[in-house]
Amino acid sequence: MNFPILSVTLFAPLVGALFILLIPRDNVNTIRRVGTAFALLTLILSVTIWVNVAQAGGGGMQLEEIYPWIPAFNVQYHIGVDGLSAPLLFLTALLTTLVTFYSSYAIDERVKEYYFLFLLLEMGMTGVFLALDLVLFYVFWEIGLVPMFLLIGVWGGARRLYAAIKFFLYTLVGSVFMLLAIIGVYFQTGTFDILEIAAAQPFAGNFTWASIAFWAFFVAFAIKVPAFPFHTWLPDAHTEAPTSGSVILAGVLLKLGAYGLIRITLPFFPAQFRYFVLDVPIIPIMAVVSIAYGAMVCMAQWDLKRLVAYSSVAHMGYVTLGVCAAAAGFGSLGDPTNFSAAASGLNGAAFQMFAHGIITGGMFFLVGMIYDRAHTRDLQVFGGLGKQIPYYYGIVMVTGFASLGLPGLAGFWSEFFVFRGAIRFIPVAAFIGVLGVVFTAAYILWKVVQHLFLGELDKEKWGKLTDMTWWEKVTMWPLIILMVVLGFYPAPLLNSFNAAAMAILQALP
Amino acid sequence: MEILNLAWLIPLFPALAFVAIALFTYRSRALSHWVTISGIGLAFLAAQVVFWRAVTLPVKGGEHAFESAIAPWVIAGVERLGIGVYVDPASTIMLFMVPLVCMMIFIYSVGYMNFGTPEVDPRYSRFFCYLSLFAMGMLGMVVFNNLLAFFIFWEIMGTCSYLLIGFWYDKSYPDPDKITPKEAGLKAFIVTKIGDLFFMLGLALLYAQVGSLAYHDIFAPETLDQLAHTQFLGSTAATWIALLLFGGTVGKSAQFPLHVWLPDAMEGPTPVSALIHAATMVSAGVFLVVRTFPIFQVANASVLAVGGIPFVAFIGAFTAIFSSIMAIAQDDIKGVLAFSTISQLGYMVAALGIGAYVAGAFHLITHAFFKALLFLGSGSVIHGVEHGHHIIHEHAHGEHAAHGGADKHGRHEEQEGHSHEDVEGWFNPNDMKNMGGLAKRMPRTFWTFLIGGLALSGFPLFTAGFWSKDEILAQAFELSPAVFWTLGIAAGITAFYTMRQICLTFLGKPRTEAAEHAPESVSWMTVPLIILAIFAVSLGWAGIPEHFPVIGGIVPNWFHHFVGATIETAESGHAARVAGHFAETAHGFVWQPLVLSVVFALGGLGLGWLVYGRRPLVAGEMDPVEGAMRNVGLGWLYEAMANRFYFDELYQAVIVRPSIWLADMFDAFDYGKSGGHGVVDGAVMALGSIGKLMSEVSGWVDDKVVDGLVDLAGSAGVLLSNGFNGFDIKVIDGAVNGVGKAVKGGGKAVRPIQTGKLQDYLLLASFAVLALILTFFVILYLQI
Repeated sequence: MNFPILSVTLFAPLVGALFILLIPRDNVNTIRRVGTAFALLTLILSVTIWVNVAQAGGGGMQLEEIYPWIPAFNVQYHIGVDGLSAPLLFLTALLTTLVTFYSSYAIDERVKEYYFLFLLLEMGMTGVFLALDLVLFYVFWEIGLVPMFLLIGVWGGARRLYAAIKFFLYTLVGSVFMLLAIIGVYFQTGTFDILEIAAAQPFAGNFTWASIAFWAFFVAFAIKVPAFPFHTWLPDAHTEAPTSGSVILAGVLLKLGAYGLIRITLPFFPAQFRYFVLDVPIIPIMAVVSIAYGAMVCMAQWDLKRLVAYSSVAHMGYVTLGVCAAAAGFGSLGDPTNFSAAASGLNGAAFQMFAHGIITGGMFFLVGMIYDRAHTRDLQVFGGLGKQIPYYYGIVMVTGFASLGLPGLAGFWSEFFVFRGAIRFIPVAAFIGVLGVVFTAAYILWKVVQHLFLGELDKEKWGKLTDMTWWEKVTMWPLIILMVVLGFYPAPLLNSFNAAAMAILQALP
Repeated sequence: MEILNLAWLIPLFPALAFVAIALFTYRSRALSHWVTISGIGLAFLAAQVVFWRAVTLPVKGGEHAFESAIAPWVIAGVERLGIGVYVDPASTIMLFMVPLVCMMIFIYSVGYMNFGTPEVDPRYSRFFCYLSLFAMGMLGMVVFNNLLAFFIFWEIMGTCSYLLIGFWYDKSYPDPDKITPKEAGLKAFIVTKIGDLFFMLGLALLYAQVGSLAYHDIFAPETLDQLAHTQFLGSTAATWIALLLFGGTVGKSAQFPLHVWLPDAMEGPTPVSALIHAATMVSAGVFLVVRTFPIFQVANASVLAVGGIPFVAFIGAFTAIFSSIMAIAQDDIKGVLAFSTISQLGYMVAALGIGAYVAGAFHLITHAFFKALLFLGSGSVIHGVEHGHHIIHEHAHGEHAAHGGADKHGRHEEQEGHSHEDVEGWFNPNDMKNMGGLAKRMPRTFWTFLIGGLALSGFPLFTAGFWSKDEILAQAFELSPAVFWTLGIAAGITAFYTMRQICLTFLGKPRTEAAEHAPESVSWMTVPLIILAIFAVSLGWAGIPEHFPVIGGIVPNWFHHFVGATIETAESGHAARVAGHFAETAHGFVWQPLVLSVVFALGGLGLGWLVYGRRPLVAGEMDPVEGAMRNVGLGWLYEAMANRFYFDELYQAVIVRPSIWLADMFDAFDYGKSGGHGVVDGAVMALGSIGKLMSEVSGWVDDKVVDGLVDLAGSAGVLLSNGFNGFDIKVIDGAVNGVGKAVKGGGKAVRPIQTGKLQDYLLLASFAVLALILTFFVILYLQI
């Protein structure tokens, strides 16, 4: 038998978390090092997994592990990885590593609990990306919820309790829908196995029931994505969360919803998905409104963190739009042009999940860095900082340009491939959605860059502001490098996603 | 090995220069500019090699295009798009022009940014860093083999444009209505981005239809045929793609109605205006049409045709005349050139719109040289006047000091270098009303500027501008009389305002002290002017029509043969489908357009001389045209011209402010302001409240009804539990305490290993993982 690398990767953070419990709480440096070491270990493992998957082509599940778990209900411990989940696994491990490293210098309060929760959170997120059994998927989905609730509620800002409870209840409502749908699907097909259910096409003959199950899953995922109008938990949660919490929240947690759309909703109910994209276009409208409306709401923000939070709504709208394009192609995939367009939509969506993770994750780090110095995030009080903190200025410029989808940086590919897929099947949505690109440019360059860095410097107020420290640079550089390298040469990521997308589309009936 | 395979090195050199400055050499100014100049110098040499190889490449089946080996790049479903080098006549002529003009401007910048003087720009290295990045963008756009790479580099240029327009981002003016560099940069980026959206959608559509964006795929006759016959949203796919791509051109080449950004882009340092906003980047928009010309050919021209004129030609011709009218009323020396650039780009677009492919491409190249020359000349003038102003200022400062008065502001200005604020009122070194008589003070600048100005006016026979403009007019004469007359009148206006500019700047007597004291610029600046002036004259010889009277045929019409070949090849495949007026004209000589073109050029120049040259303006005098228009009650029109026909105000009122208002409305709708909930969040919270209410109701029921039952049961339980009490304390508590003691003991046992040394912990961590892995193996072994 083979080395169970997936399980090891999955539970390494848990081991780390338990290990941290054994360390006395006064030994903060030890806790920090151990936490970071375990996160780094997981990162190395995730790279190994991605390399393995890439060598095998990336289409279809690999490195699968199946063990009976609750035989009475046919629940299995079934995990596996393909070209879609391997990069997301890497993203999770990378951001967790950066967060644990950065927090070693930025967090002094309740360090032990903090690291314990982050490692637990990492296990939950990894588990969602690996799970191929709905019960397992659900369990990990919920495991991720608790640490984030506590991270916001304990280490958060002034309104942290309100934000934490809102976040918790909101996602929990989504989870309830999902749980009901999981049970419904189980009674229909007799299995919890994601691949088997996809092959069985639950409720295929019954439009009403299929639609109900479809929407139950869809709402659960749409809340997490978040798609308009289910997004209002996000600005609160992000604004109140500590820097690292925001990074993980934007970088990974939102992707869980998007991942669910691709891994579960699309393969389970392709006909329903297509129906609500083409015949009754509710979902493209949600996507396009998220993009354009979300970007416009960003333009109205004066709190930098809140602005970045709302930008996630807009950016994740591209993911939904890309999945819509793929769903719209269902039924006509025999035509290679349509097939490639549908694959483009999925590629764009997946690429956006990754790109948004590194870009917006980076953005939240940068917001935290300026807040730690200036103790304010009000864009109206800044100005002219470009001269005072040029290094920070440069890093924000690159990240900001990546965020507005500038070609040559990672964010471009997602937008381009989403539109390339969408214009084939839902051209009107593409034509409207593209407006978001202009508004994004406007709020990044006008609101963020101009208000922070340009204009004349108030020497008395900001003359003592210091530029980035070495650990802040170390935190940001991996993200910057990824943005630039993927911007010019997206192949490593794109090939992986494309192989998975082709496998997913080919598996559709 | 084919040398053309190495064309990808051309953008690589400036790219390396960019990285080198950004990461390493930014601390040394001299090193930074040498790195930049070496980068572009190497690119220039490589481009020359490619150029001479390409023009001597044996013609294969009428095609001049060369494509290198393809490296895998992006993938979508089953479609793979590779990246490689593509050299055809269109890119070859760009490879001749771009590195040369860039190099001249980079060298000039050393002088302009005051290298080696106390006034040197504080962010000198950063400036050269951006210039290198720009050169990479422009050259990268030219050499690669697909439209996606084209778009990427196109956007990189747009970013450089943003960064360089706003280069002096801390500058502000006493007049709050005057646009500052930071605002101008933002405006340029956003406005061009609107055009780029269309471009991107066009790319997406083309890619989705064809499955590739490589030139050899999208220009293949079968593909074009298919695009022309595929229905898409009420028209053909080809028509939609052409229109969407043209959106990119309208943004980048500042065509009406997206022309508003370019005049404000003059807030950037003058070398930037010359390089990006006149010679190279703005012509990228025209180059896009040149590049994708076959698609425009198969598009349905009647869609959106205005009065029988194809849409593209209409936009170009309208822009040409519209902005030349505005140029008449500009007092800013760079402002005149900015509107003239828009107008000339309109010429090229109009030429391409009526199908005059070669003429449009030719004007693109000649314009780049003479417009770069004019901008650098104006920069030299501004620089001189500014220094003249400094000289007087320092003189005055000295006097102040002698009187014992500390002039704080003078020192401040020395530090800031380019802050033009003044205690006594703001002196504008760009204003031509503040100039006059500079021909004597700055002879080199004057003579080269004169050559550039004559080229722009299309001065007959002698200048490059004449040959390229004449070619456009000659073709327009045959293909579309309306376009011909529009462009012809615009040519006359162009000659007029150019003469006005030359007279106001260089002739007569200095109208300010600053102009009186303006020194000639350093050789860093004047040598590039001279080199560009040589090209502004000689380049025209490459495209003299063979049937031209007397001198035609002495020099072969190389340009037409070389560049025209592309389009003739394309045409032979589609001759049947291309509408008659889209075909290249016959090469016979027609005398009417030539005569008219000479009349327009000389007439405009002559009229300009009569108005401004014969009796030069003196200080404080009103512009004669303005005076004349006021006399006949047209003062409002002159105002409108000077204020760019109020398009900025219009867009501000109709687009910008409503967008911001809408954003605020959406924000209020979404989340609400100051504590209250907006509609979206409010709906969620209302749902939450219902849930809370329900829980409170059930809580009450729970409390009163259920608890009552429970209490009853509890009372019974208490009786029972009292009996068990003894057992509880002794047995269960004992067990719990025992576990507690065990944990304490365990903690003590673990403590020694917490030695505080990193390596110990890492070792321990490794052991833990090892233990974990072992556990897994054991579990697996037991199960299997």
